[in-house]
Amino acid sequence: MLNLTLMESTTAPTKPQFSPAAQAEIKRLLTHYPDDRKKSALLPVLHIAQAEFGGWVSPEVQDLVAEALGLKPIEVYEVATFYTMFNLKPVGKHVLEICRTGPCMLRGSDELTAHLERITGAKVGGPASEDGLFTLKEVECLAACGFAPIVQVREKYYEKLDTPEAVDAMLTELRNQVHRPALPWEEVGLPNSLKNN
Amino acid sequence: MGRKLLTEHINVEGIDTFEVYRKHGGYRSVEKALKTMTPDEVVEEVKKSGLRGRGGAGFPTGMKWSFLAKPEGVPRYLVCNADESEPGTFKDRQLMSKLPHLLVEGMITSSYALGANTSYIYIRGELLYVLRILEKAIAEAYANGFLGKNILGSGYDLDLHVHPGGGAYICGEETALLESLEGKRGNPRNKPPFPAVQGLYARPTVVNNVESIAAVPVIVNMTGDEYAKIGVGRSTGTKLISACGHLNKPGIYEIELGLPVEEFIYSDEYCGGIWKGRELKAVVAGGSSVPILPKELILKTAAGENRLMTYESLSDGGFITGTMLGSGGFIAMDETTCIVRNTWNFSRFYHHESCGQCSPCREGTGWLEKVLHRLEYGHGHIEDIDLLVSVAKQIEGNTICPLGEAAAWPVAAAVRHFRDEFEWHVKHPQEATRPGAVYPGKAVLA
Repeated sequence: MLNLTLMESTTAPTKPQFSPAAQAEIKRLLTHYPDDRKKSALLPVLHIAQAEFGGWVSPEVQDLVAEALGLKPIEVYEVATFYTMFNLKPVGKHVLEICRTGPCMLRGSDELTAHLERITGAKVGGPASEDGLFTLKEVECLAACGFAPIVQVREKYYEKLDTPEAVDAMLTELRNQVHRPALPWEEVGLPNSLKNN
Repeated sequence: MGRKLLTEHINVEGIDTFEVYRKHGGYRSVEKALKTMTPDEVVEEVKKSGLRGRGGAGFPTGMKWSFLAKPEGVPRYLVCNADESEPGTFKDRQLMSKLPHLLVEGMITSSYALGANTSYIYIRGELLYVLRILEKAIAEAYANGFLGKNILGSGYDLDLHVHPGGGAYICGEETALLESLEGKRGNPRNKPPFPAVQGLYARPTVVNNVESIAAVPVIVNMTGDEYAKIGVGRSTGTKLISACGHLNKPGIYEIELGLPVEEFIYSDEYCGGIWKGRELKAVVAGGSSVPILPKELILKTAAGENRLMTYESLSDGGFITGTMLGSGGFIAMDETTCIVRNTWNFSRFYHHESCGQCSPCREGTGWLEKVLHRLEYGHGHIEDIDLLVSVAKQIEGNTICPLGEAAAWPVAAAVRHFRDEFEWHVKHPQEATRPGAVYPGKAVLA
């Protein structure tokens, strides 16, 4: 028999809320578009939401985005599911987005993916590694083909990952990252190819 | 040594700041245009320059501008397409991160020419760190009176904003980009109406590539006539080429249009030849969607003339023996490259990136990927090779946007020039699927 008391006591997930910093950023973004075109801010606000709530956008988070922009939830769902940057399932602390497209493949992205699966224990498209640190995701062209193979982690591009040493350096940097940038506009450092050479 | 019009100061320390950029002649085109020229005169200079859209299509920028509808009292928009995602293309990322003020300056001068008072830069979502660089440059431009109300006392107002995408190749198509900027899925629109009449928020809109916009300050400063003297014939000015694949020195090169392809690949000033001392096998010259050419045909046309880096020379021979300059995404493949695998990889890309709106593309790209996959993994049949050509033909011309063609062309060209290699995969599957297998035969040249 159904135990109603027990069901009530299992608390519903608490409704997510944007931090004050995120709210201020959303307010600033809304000034970029005509007053009757708030929907335009949807993609930038989804990026903020993903950064705020653990690297993915749950249905509850998508509802929150809809509320913030005065949209119907479906308007957010159909967009969040169209664009590949938005993760619809929980992810590890770091999502390693490995470029798999032609120019990266020519410079060893298949080998890189196999290597990353081996040393992190995670599988592309699968859950995060057991320590919860790494999720592996294959993505299409990241527009840095001359510095292939490439992995993007949040905003940072790790380039020329064609040696085990380069991969180790990336993973060590990520493992030692105590502070996980909460918001997408926080400085995380430029890839080497963009520093003055 | 070719002239550098866009990237002359790219490695100057601090060139990403307003102060240093200004010291090196930055924002002169804004002063010249707003103080001494009418908007139409700016459009006229761009027309005279012969500048052609640097995103891939190569449509004359000045002509595109002249199509913009200008109904009284209706706002119009300039939108910069910074959704760079054509495989092999990475020039705009470099230009925006190192020379953000060049794009901002180009946006101001171009917006003035078009009479836009609000303009947007739509940047691909993966480049959020570049978005920050641009936002900083924009803030500096506001602080120095080059953006906002009454710019330089001219009475002209402009607001400029950067907008991130969310990871979708299709949003590089201009109407999909506008949909995305309106907060929707990136489904390309039926045309007509063209964006010049009904674009962003159903208002008249021009969409231009980053590199095209960045060329506008150069053109205004030096005059369109002078710009048109650089290059060959209808391929005027300079072009950023992003070189990748099996080259000794992959990277971004600004070339004067007309440079011989052979010099670009082998000279030390540019790509420095093929890596590991290997032979060149094939090149995809203008981003993944243009036809692949075997070494012999990329270096010389079918008529035996030296192939040049121009719109005309690269397309000499049509799609039978030629290709396209496209976006300037130059992908070189050495002699060990498996063409079947490479073609499968590109087809997987287009299948993944199809928005799913038109069935020939949604289904056709899936068929291409599947058939190529079974060929690559040794399960193909000899009829599969013609099946690929047939599917490609049925996609081409039957879709709302050019993603259909972009998916079909590379497959058709790969089969045209490398049919023997496809057959080898069917006839000798064990040999062909062995790790590190290298096809021993030759390409088909005509």
